[in-house]
Amino acid sequence: MNDFFLIVSMVLGFLVLICLYRGIWGPGFLNRIVAINVIGTKIVVILTLMGFIVQRIDMFVDTSLAYALLNFIGTLTAAKYLERKGAI
Amino acid sequence: MIVEILSGLLVVCGLFLFVSGTLGLLRLPDFYCRMHATGKCDTLGALLALTGLAVYNGFSLVSLKIIFIVIFIFLANPTATHAIGRAALINRVLPWTKDSSPASSNVTPEEEAK
Repeated sequence: MNDFFLIVSMVLGFLVLICLYRGIWGPGFLNRIVAINVIGTKIVVILTLMGFIVQRIDMFVDTSLAYALLNFIGTLTAAKYLERKGAI
Repeated sequence: MIVEILSGLLVVCGLFLFVSGTLGLLRLPDFYCRMHATGKCDTLGALLALTGLAVYNGFSLVSLKIIFIVIFIFLANPTATHAIGRAALINRVLPWTKDSSPASSNVTPEEEAK
């Protein structure tokens, strides 16, 4: 089961890398914000998988929870900032 | 044994949804289309994958925390997607159409209120 978690987290890391294309070269701010939100959601799952791989899930689950909160707050702050007219 | 098979099945289903969401983010033609792909696929993918990990861990406080992360993502991710979409609509980002002409009825909520 440990190898299975390792393979799943490697596939998720590859998906994060190819999402980073939209985060860097995506046209406009909004595509970049969507890409960063997607990367954050993937990283929450990767952190929980890493906790199972290194057998320290009681520590990693708190990190994962804090990362989910920070991802939501960051995306919402950027969206509220861009909600003014003519911000883009 | 049955727990491992069930959790592996849930994690693989979540991984499939993550792959399809990433494919939509990279390949779809418009900002709204990309948001349509990622807003649903990422939420359900994280939900299934984290539920599979909670099933694998068994009944404990760590599983309760993982279920709390699942509930939080289930509430927060559509909210963030809605906020970004509202910002795009207020800033008059035109939707993609097949003949590449702008859509006729593109009225922001603030203009409707006036």
